[in-house]
Amino acid sequence: MKRIALLGMPNTGKSTFFNRLTGASARVGNWPGITVDLMSAKVPLGGAMAEIVDLPGIYDLHGFSDDEQVVRHFLENTPVDLVLLILNTSQIERQLALALQIKQLGLPSVLLLNMSDEAKKFGITVNTSSMAEQLGMPVVLFSAKYGEHYQEAMSVVAAAIGASHPVQLESLREKLQPDHQIEASMEAVLKKSVIIPERLSEQLSDRLDRVLLHPFWGILLFFAAMFLVFQAVFAFGKPLQDGVAWLLELFKDYALEPLLTGLPAPLHGFLIDGLYNGVGTVAAFVPVIVLFFLLMAVVEDTGYLSRAAFLMDALMSRMGLDGRSFVMVLMGFGCNVPALMGTRVMRSRPLRLLSMLVIPFSLCSARLQVFLFITTALFTAKQAPLVLFSLYLLSFATAILTALLFRKRFQNNEPFILELPPYRLPTLRQIVLRGWHEVHHFLSRASKFIVAGVVLVWLLTHLPFSAQPASPETWAGLIGGAMEPLLAPLGIDHKLAVALIFGLVAKEIVIGSLAVIFSLEGDALTRAIAQQMDWVQAYSFMLFTLVYTPCLSTIATLRSESKSLGFTLLSLGWSLGLAWTLSFAFYQGARALGL
Amino acid sequence: MTVNLPTLQPGQSGTITAIHAGEDLYHRLAALGFRVGKRLEIVRKGCCSGPLQVRIGTTDVIMRRHDALQIDVKVPG
Repeated sequence: MKRIALLGMPNTGKSTFFNRLTGASARVGNWPGITVDLMSAKVPLGGAMAEIVDLPGIYDLHGFSDDEQVVRHFLENTPVDLVLLILNTSQIERQLALALQIKQLGLPSVLLLNMSDEAKKFGITVNTSSMAEQLGMPVVLFSAKYGEHYQEAMSVVAAAIGASHPVQLESLREKLQPDHQIEASMEAVLKKSVIIPERLSEQLSDRLDRVLLHPFWGILLFFAAMFLVFQAVFAFGKPLQDGVAWLLELFKDYALEPLLTGLPAPLHGFLIDGLYNGVGTVAAFVPVIVLFFLLMAVVEDTGYLSRAAFLMDALMSRMGLDGRSFVMVLMGFGCNVPALMGTRVMRSRPLRLLSMLVIPFSLCSARLQVFLFITTALFTAKQAPLVLFSLYLLSFATAILTALLFRKRFQNNEPFILELPPYRLPTLRQIVLRGWHEVHHFLSRASKFIVAGVVLVWLLTHLPFSAQPASPETWAGLIGGAMEPLLAPLGIDHKLAVALIFGLVAKEIVIGSLAVIFSLEGDALTRAIAQQMDWVQAYSFMLFTLVYTPCLSTIATLRSESKSLGFTLLSLGWSLGLAWTLSFAFYQGARALGL
Repeated sequence: MTVNLPTLQPGQSGTITAIHAGEDLYHRLAALGFRVGKRLEIVRKGCCSGPLQVRIGTTDVIMRRHDALQIDVKVPG
């Protein structure tokens, strides 16, 4: 099968083209010698199947950023039959360098000049046949977003792939060294075939920027926009999650239960409460991830994400992060999982890892449910909002502390220079495909880990089968008892320790697990909790719950996104240690004050 | 008169006379069109020592001030 590499600069609509070309069939693939995921898809082209690989957007084939190295290593190690180079027509005067670099390497290629619609607005005209002649490769003007001249572009690509042969890796490796002639040839080609007006007319983007990048209104609108995104994920996500849960319940009651009756009770429990619940835990995240990335696609594709980075950078650079990290941390307050996945927009690995270390401290909506329950049980209606507010403040404080402590270790050496693309309207197709790809990514990478974790916790809380589930006689109970010396100084008893083990799976089930542990429900449970502990213990427990560890799905995502077990363990170890220290300081301090 | 890029006020433009960046930054700048002799304009400056928005040709770029310090520009007068 022929292999085609898709190459281009950032913000040239490369992904839009990839999505248009491959529809929903793209898969994330591993490539030898490369540590990042690349999307690939098999598509019919010119009567045969071809594999398309979407390489990261780069500015320079001879550059030294992570992405530029990834592209070079890919080209050196993977024989490709054709390179599809996508450039932005309205920025052709600087992007042409990449085409000449490709030509110099002797890679068989087709140059696709995208965003012909935007170039037209700027008054830029390109003589494609003159350019094709000078570059020695077919050149087509088209619009990936609106599909204008798309068929024409594809027939040129099909013809080129039919005639090409895989490149010789040996000679390619020899040629992959910088060359200074490129600049000169670039000038020559531009002079002959491109006309750019002296001064560009004021664009709509400039007028929008005057408001959206305003030091006061810009920041106000940024927080308003983030609040809206956050609310939308919450408002639409909850009913959707409930819907998914309802469907799963229906399937359990009408299909699984009748099918599994007659099985011995332990096996029945294992299959339904262990395995099937694990599947349910995974499924519960699907609506949130879809919604989040639908909205993220809008924020990113409109060009607003770079603007948000501009607004928040002054603050974040002092913490070793950048403006985009801040957007992701805020998203984490909805749900940590998509926020972690969203850090992929940051191309520098140390920066991305530091952001991923910080995000799990965001007080997500699941943790909020636990805190709502406990504050209602132990605090008056007047105190409760203040208690909740203090937890939000602590969530920010732990995130800032983490960034400050670890910024030396994850030092970002890439210069912070971002392009500010003009505002663009994303198409519905782009948005929907993005949501679909992300869900697929989450399901294929994290689901096994999550199901295994849920099953493990079920076993811990049910073995041996002779004991009452979640009672002190079960393995979880024994672990809770063994942890007593460690947790007693925090005011957390062995029953609550078992709830914390459940909390590993998902914070949503902490309250449910308390019901099982105390064998009580509703108001009776609330009263029992209020009698079990005083407010100092309750606050210490909430403090610990806030920090000790994100849920299993977050851990699975941390592992799949960082591709490093060491990093995942560092993140876990740090949050556990910090949680213990904070709770210890609070509990012992409060007791010392006689509270 | 030759000054550092961050000295320019919003709306002011100048011509690049030198780029004193290390290899990493130099490559990135070159790929974005920053070369000696090119004209650029400061569109706006972020508040509280935030980044600069620089326009060069048809491209808008945001960069931190300490990176921008590496770029010398000539302004009239």
